Amino acid sequence: MTSPTETLTPASPRAETDTPGVRPRPGKRRRRIRPQTLTYVLLVLGVVATLLPFAWMLLGSFKTQGELLRRPITWWPEDPTLENYSQWFTSLHIDTFFFNSLLVAVVTVLGNLLFCSMVGYVLAKMDFPGKKFLFLIVMVTLMVPGVVTFVPLFVMVSKLGLVNTYPALFLPFLAGPLGVFLMRQFMTGIPDSIIEAARIDGASELRIFTRVVMPLCGPPLATLGILTFLTSWNNFLWPLVAAQSQDKYTLPVALSLFSTGQDATNYGLLLAGSVLVITPIILLFIMLQRYFIQSVAATGIK
Amino acid sequence: MTATTSRPRVAGAGRPGGQRTGSSYRRRRQALIAWAFALPFVALFGVFMLVPLISSFAMSFTDFTSRDVQNPLSVGFVGLEQYSRLFANPQFLRSMLNTGYFVVVGIPLTMAVALGLAVALNSGIKRFRTVFRVGFYTPVVTSIVAIAVVWRFILQPDGLMNTFLGAVGIQGPDWLNSTTWAMPAMILMAVWRNMGTLMIIFLAGLQNVSAEMLEAAEVDGANAWQRFTRITLPTLRPTLLLGAVLLSVGYLQFFEEPFVMTKGGPLDSTLSISFFTFNQFGFGQYGLASAASYVLFVAIALLSLFQFRALRSKD
Repeated sequence: MTSPTETLTPASPRAETDTPGVRPRPGKRRRRIRPQTLTYVLLVLGVVATLLPFAWMLLGSFKTQGELLRRPITWWPEDPTLENYSQWFTSLHIDTFFFNSLLVAVVTVLGNLLFCSMVGYVLAKMDFPGKKFLFLIVMVTLMVPGVVTFVPLFVMVSKLGLVNTYPALFLPFLAGPLGVFLMRQFMTGIPDSIIEAARIDGASELRIFTRVVMPLCGPPLATLGILTFLTSWNNFLWPLVAAQSQDKYTLPVALSLFSTGQDATNYGLLLAGSVLVITPIILLFIMLQRYFIQSVAATGIK
Repeated sequence: MTATTSRPRVAGAGRPGGQRTGSSYRRRRQALIAWAFALPFVALFGVFMLVPLISSFAMSFTDFTSRDVQNPLSVGFVGLEQYSRLFANPQFLRSMLNTGYFVVVGIPLTMAVALGLAVALNSGIKRFRTVFRVGFYTPVVTSIVAIAVVWRFILQPDGLMNTFLGAVGIQGPDWLNSTTWAMPAMILMAVWRNMGTLMIIFLAGLQNVSAEMLEAAEVDGANAWQRFTRITLPTLRPTLLLGAVLLSVGYLQFFEEPFVMTKGGPLDSTLSISFFTFNQFGFGQYGLASAASYVLFVAIALLSLFQFRALRSKD
């Protein structure tokens, strides 16, 4: 389903911050406090309901198969066990899947940061024939559904003999349209005078790009990095087709194959696997939540 | 499927033939440098995006199947035959219907929930704003595969969901095995998974609502509901439309939820257009799969265009 990466309108990398809401009106104490309490109650209920599946997942991962199958269902594990986790670490090679996921995500992020900034720079700050056309093509592809390129992509990768290799997992995602859009949007806002001054001083374009422009691009790079990492980490359909042996599986691929294979009813194992898949990204999210939320506001809003 | 682009080569090193040609020389040099900067992107993007995009279009007019991969010359041109086969295929028509159901119910529902959350978070509460925001956004960042494992478990006939429903006296259905209830379950999951993104977008939009105007309206005796419908909603209109565009591009491609939860079943009741396409790919019917994917592409493009027009018209 949709990830926060689809964007359609020009964005300035302006942050959505903790701006105060509508100012509380002075006076009328009684009328002010009651609706607020109600708002809090509703929000707390909402957040509990939203997070309940995660709590359920975590608690379930410590239960034994017997307890998971018992009805009526139980909340707290009666006989907490680490068996579900130890199985992942001993016989199921989760370290390999983790390494693969991380490798693909890191390479994809680095590729996008580099290639998209380079194109973003020339689209924002240089004049050349074909510029408008290039930008138009990039923008149009933002709307292309994944299934359109899926079949020919697979045919091509198999003709190149890349099926079940690392390059097959990251090459198709190294240079995406979203990054170009983000970087160009931000770089357009950098004053021309800075760049002109550097040109007059005799700096080459490469030098201007690396020493003048890139150091100013922290915010969009952070946004792009986060969005790309998230998309890659959770990416599922392509690696499912492109990775065909266990040593190339990423975490979601491994989990989905175990959940439909012979372990399909080993609920404890699957819940523990789910916890292991989402824990790194949730920790990252909580640490960087401000930037995550900025990135959504930046890509989604004018 | 080899050539990507024939871009001007970066011959850079050659010294200028003479400084006389001044500005035109500089312009040409700048163009070369610019394309050199763009080259890595253009090459990757060309090979892995444009070439597949065009081949898919071409493939949809042929009888290409998985057997032809080794010998592409044996492929025959069949004109619009794949498209007419597609629209005569009851399974494809069913998938269009399902996708329509998902979009028509899912989008308003997701937007209403997200708007409710954004307004509540923006209503002047001070404490725990970050906790709420992070909480509601968490489903967005998590892997669909992991989510599917736990939701399949929750939606079992005697699982968590029905235990809760039972507590308030409702006999819950066997969600994922019911042709009636499987799709509502998918929609429920999609709302849960996408409300966070829209909530953040709406929250940013709400910052444009003028506090002075709201105050003036209150002084004039407008109640909370009137203030919301007459001031907040109209100001938010562009943001709401943007949210609708983002959601419809995503929801029309509806795929992962049924893929991991129901395999499109029971009896094709959760089979989406993307899923149908993926299945045809699996059967080796590459021509038909390409045609189906282009139908989806056109639908997405038309809907986005329509929504952007609506967005522009009153600005």
